[in-house]
Amino acid sequence: MANQTIDVGYVAELARLELTDEEKSVFQGQLEDIVKYVEKISSVNVDGIEPTMHGRAIVNAFREDTVRPSLDREAALANAPRRTENEFYLPKIVEGAES
Amino acid sequence: MSLHELGVRQAAEGLAEKKFSSVELTQAVIDRVREKDSEIGAYLTFDEEGALASAKAADEARAARNDLPLLGVPVAIKDLINVKGQPCTCASKMLKGYTSPYDATVIKNLKAAGAVCAGRVNMDEFAMGSSTENSGLGVTRNPYDLSRVPGGSSGGSAAAVGGNLAIAAFGTDTGGSIRQPASFCNIVGLKPSYGRVSRFGVTAFASSLDQVGPMTKSVDDAAMLLQVLAGHDEMDGTTPKDPVPDYMKAMEGASMKGVKIGLPKEYYDVSGLDPEVKRITDEAIRSCEAAGAELVEVSLPHTEYAMAVYYIIAPAEASANLARFDGVRYGHRSERSDDVFNLYARSRAEGFGPEVKRRIIMGTYVLSSGYYDAYYGRASKVRTLIRRDFEEVFKKVDTLLTPVAPTPAFKIGEVQDPLTMYLNDLFTIPGSLAGNCSMSIPAGFAQSGDVKLPVGVQFICDAYREDSLLRIGKAFEGLSGK
Repeated sequence: MANQTIDVGYVAELARLELTDEEKSVFQGQLEDIVKYVEKISSVNVDGIEPTMHGRAIVNAFREDTVRPSLDREAALANAPRRTENEFYLPKIVEGAES
Repeated sequence: MSLHELGVRQAAEGLAEKKFSSVELTQAVIDRVREKDSEIGAYLTFDEEGALASAKAADEARAARNDLPLLGVPVAIKDLINVKGQPCTCASKMLKGYTSPYDATVIKNLKAAGAVCAGRVNMDEFAMGSSTENSGLGVTRNPYDLSRVPGGSSGGSAAAVGGNLAIAAFGTDTGGSIRQPASFCNIVGLKPSYGRVSRFGVTAFASSLDQVGPMTKSVDDAAMLLQVLAGHDEMDGTTPKDPVPDYMKAMEGASMKGVKIGLPKEYYDVSGLDPEVKRITDEAIRSCEAAGAELVEVSLPHTEYAMAVYYIIAPAEASANLARFDGVRYGHRSERSDDVFNLYARSRAEGFGPEVKRRIIMGTYVLSSGYYDAYYGRASKVRTLIRRDFEEVFKKVDTLLTPVAPTPAFKIGEVQDPLTMYLNDLFTIPGSLAGNCSMSIPAGFAQSGDVKLPVGVQFICDAYREDSLLRIGKAFEGLSGK
């Protein structure tokens, strides 16, 4: 298993989470301890063992593919932090495009 | 007995016999909350008018029909389960001001059974924690000692029921979040088997583990509520179509005679097990034996790895689930969202509290390129070994009897280090990983200085054997004279 320690600043960026310098330094120490703790699983022999991805595996849980009502637009927009009449309002995403 | 002290069964029977109305019962709960909740802090919000209107509707419906199992019974809801028109904050600043546009399936089921959704209770933010101290919106205190935590993450649910500020409450359990607070607040907390209850409309924490369950004043109450919750839901693909047994019937004539109780040696050979918890658990074991149960020492050899597996898998899934909080469609948006990266990173920075941030970072790390196989992949395989340990012992015994948490309720602010806090779930996590069902039941009181603190014991049964779990739990409840 990896001997490197976690780089909290880098991982937080992957997770789209801005951290203050103080948070970075506190989390760095705490998460190093947690990573060190969970590495105890590296000593378990798991050769040939299938992973468990759910408490109870169900394969192909299908339901009828029928048209049904979903949330209406007003209900879906009601909790938006910022909106126009019919859309979520966002800052410009594509360079050069109109906001 | 005052109305607010009633449990679900007593309340439902009293309503059916027209000894009191739902409006009277709901008002009694409201009065109790007004009187006591300023010191306990179980509730985040309580729509009194809405609850009384639902109660009135239930009383009117009573004239036409008397066959709904929970008609007019008010229940408190953990603040991560969506009830249409009510807030659903997950105790996070991220979701302050959010109003649910729809009912979770469990809420639909409860409403169909006649229940009144009365009040939303506090929790650790996004269900991450073991003390409710991670709530971003308020402090909840243990009704048995106001200087102590109620446990977590369903701490508001436990404090509300334990302090008689609710008839019953609903919680969620990912690694112990129903069972540990139930133990701390002297109530029954049932974590159903994975998939037994729908999670549609319940804010996801770790999707391969999360379950909704009842937190109640008795095993009967837990059975009545589980009956309403359990079953297939086409909106949650993890709920099988297996029939739901009649749980009240399963408990008829409940007795300890001939019940084979497994005592997993790994759970009793733990440093840090509080001597009072050990004493109470030992007494519970002896009383089961005296009542005719057969004790069998068993082994779950991979127990020591369960915590490590959990603290890889749960944060990994949480980091994926919480990616939805991006400041776009709902939840907090930073004023400093000048571009798309900052929209995400700053909204999340301002909205989430420290424990949620830690787990998102941990989860992102174990899923990141180059680490996935060593952490998430490997943890999922060790999880198989843990699951097999349980499968093996359930060939030999009907149930396992263990402590719920290593200690009784601790003081607010006492546990500062995250890893130390995580160890609270030592005895509840393995069963969650295996997907079986378990229940915390009051067993006694630990003497701690001048105060007596409640302590529960945990019964664990094989997956989809809630009938057996409730039957054994009912028998145990009779023994401890509760």
